[in-house]
Amino acid sequence: MALDFLDNAFFRNIYCNLSASDDGRCGERVFSVLPGGFEWLAFLITGIVIALILVNGLLGSVIVFIWAERRLLGRFQSRLGPNRWGPFGTLTPVADAIKTMFKEDIVPDAADRWVFNAAPVVMMVPSLMVLAVIPWGSGTFLADLNIGVLFIIAITSLSTFAIVMAGWGSQNRYAMFGAMRAVALLISYEIPMALSLLGVLMIAGSLSLVSIVSAQDLPFILVQPLGFLVFFIATTAEINRTPFDVAEAESELGAGYHTDYSGMKFGLFLNAEFAATILSAAVIVAVFLGGGRAWDFLPSQIWFLLKMLPVLIFMVWMRASWPRLRIDQVLSLAWKGLIILAFINIVGSAILTFIWPDPSTTELWKMAGINLIVMIASVYAVGGLLGPGSAPVAGFARGEAPPTPRPAGEPAGGSG
Amino acid sequence: MVEDYFRQYGLITLFAGIAVLVPIGMLMTSYMATKIKVRPRRPSPVKLETYECGFGPIGGKWSFNSRYYTFALLFVIFDVETVFLYPWAVKFGVLSARFGIFALVEVAVFGIILAIGWGYAWRKKALEWT
Repeated sequence: MALDFLDNAFFRNIYCNLSASDDGRCGERVFSVLPGGFEWLAFLITGIVIALILVNGLLGSVIVFIWAERRLLGRFQSRLGPNRWGPFGTLTPVADAIKTMFKEDIVPDAADRWVFNAAPVVMMVPSLMVLAVIPWGSGTFLADLNIGVLFIIAITSLSTFAIVMAGWGSQNRYAMFGAMRAVALLISYEIPMALSLLGVLMIAGSLSLVSIVSAQDLPFILVQPLGFLVFFIATTAEINRTPFDVAEAESELGAGYHTDYSGMKFGLFLNAEFAATILSAAVIVAVFLGGGRAWDFLPSQIWFLLKMLPVLIFMVWMRASWPRLRIDQVLSLAWKGLIILAFINIVGSAILTFIWPDPSTTELWKMAGINLIVMIASVYAVGGLLGPGSAPVAGFARGEAPPTPRPAGEPAGGSG
Repeated sequence: MVEDYFRQYGLITLFAGIAVLVPIGMLMTSYMATKIKVRPRRPSPVKLETYECGFGPIGGKWSFNSRYYTFALLFVIFDVETVFLYPWAVKFGVLSARFGIFALVEVAVFGIILAIGWGYAWRKKALEWT
């Protein structure tokens, strides 16, 4: 029997006040809104309440995160960041939201109207859908799918469609180049992302995120350091964040696939991207950092959010520190680096799971030690393999003749 | 058990509906602002042009790079392979208890065949950009 959200006292209260069921969950009945036989409606209403809490919480935290990211980026770059509206500039993203809401909405004449208008909606849906399966703490989730991890991977790859729709519907060269790059990047990084989770699945023995959290007597970041590394890099690429943001490289492509968007549609793209960032941090916390499990003096939901903070700050830090990679570097990192690392992780985890099929905490610590050594060795080896040889300008490093420059007019020739 | 299964997926369907309605609602709110004359709507031929650095777009249909096809083909192969590995990984503990080393060897054979193909692609420079 899978758990559901009625194991959480707060949600059970809502359910019990609504329904007249006597299945032993609600204890002593004092009050019920709906008559008997309407338990399903009570369940549905509770579900809607939870869904609305989740969606509004996400949209609210997007606003907070935009502010925090701009402030932090400012500090990383030795400037103040937004500081005019409200204390420490906290109202700046609110002002931005109002502005995007009331900006004129321009649909270019050349654009394919239906595809152009549908793309932002399609972009937003997968970012929101991931919310449903993340366990935000003990019993605090909408649904405990038995295929949770697979659901997340499948749903997030839907955003590829949105990007193609945006690029194609705009009938704009910049948008098309951005979309092609984005698709190449998204499909390339989907493979290491999916492969890196296999080690976790072997140890947890389940695809459900709730079971994965409850299997983490030791956080899987220690047990699966190599898997975490690959997953983190691949997720950063999947959500188009800076070291991998070739798709919307503003110095080369205007704004990539959303060049021609304005007003609320642009706002939806932006919203979806920041929501995806927050949710990827949530997935990392649930799968690798032990979810809401920690010491008892704070509720597990608070622990979950607290654990998301360092992940998010690290992502902002990455954005501030690293320049953008070229598309060829991005793809060779995925195909020549991360896939090897993910396969090494699978082989290592399979052998370790074979030796200790049902690991106790001591055995998890042993796994952690072995995997740490494997990680350092394999990252060192693969780094040497990728090394200077992967870049076209490598000839410089080996003292060979410099490469011939590419012919002029190349962007018009159709290279993305 | 079956009821529980449908309960979870029913919630997911419900959430999918909400997830579609939220962005549409946001677009609609913005659209309503045009109706009450808060959001401006003053189209002009220049504004409705495709954006290209201030010039009108030159040339007809654009093409895109054929290199992307190679990566798309490789993606299909590896993605299908990943799907095959998922059920094995989830049930690996059970399988290794029942079949012993066979559970490991069989997937190793699968992986090695795939790795040969991957090495071939690398050797043929399918993974290079230039």
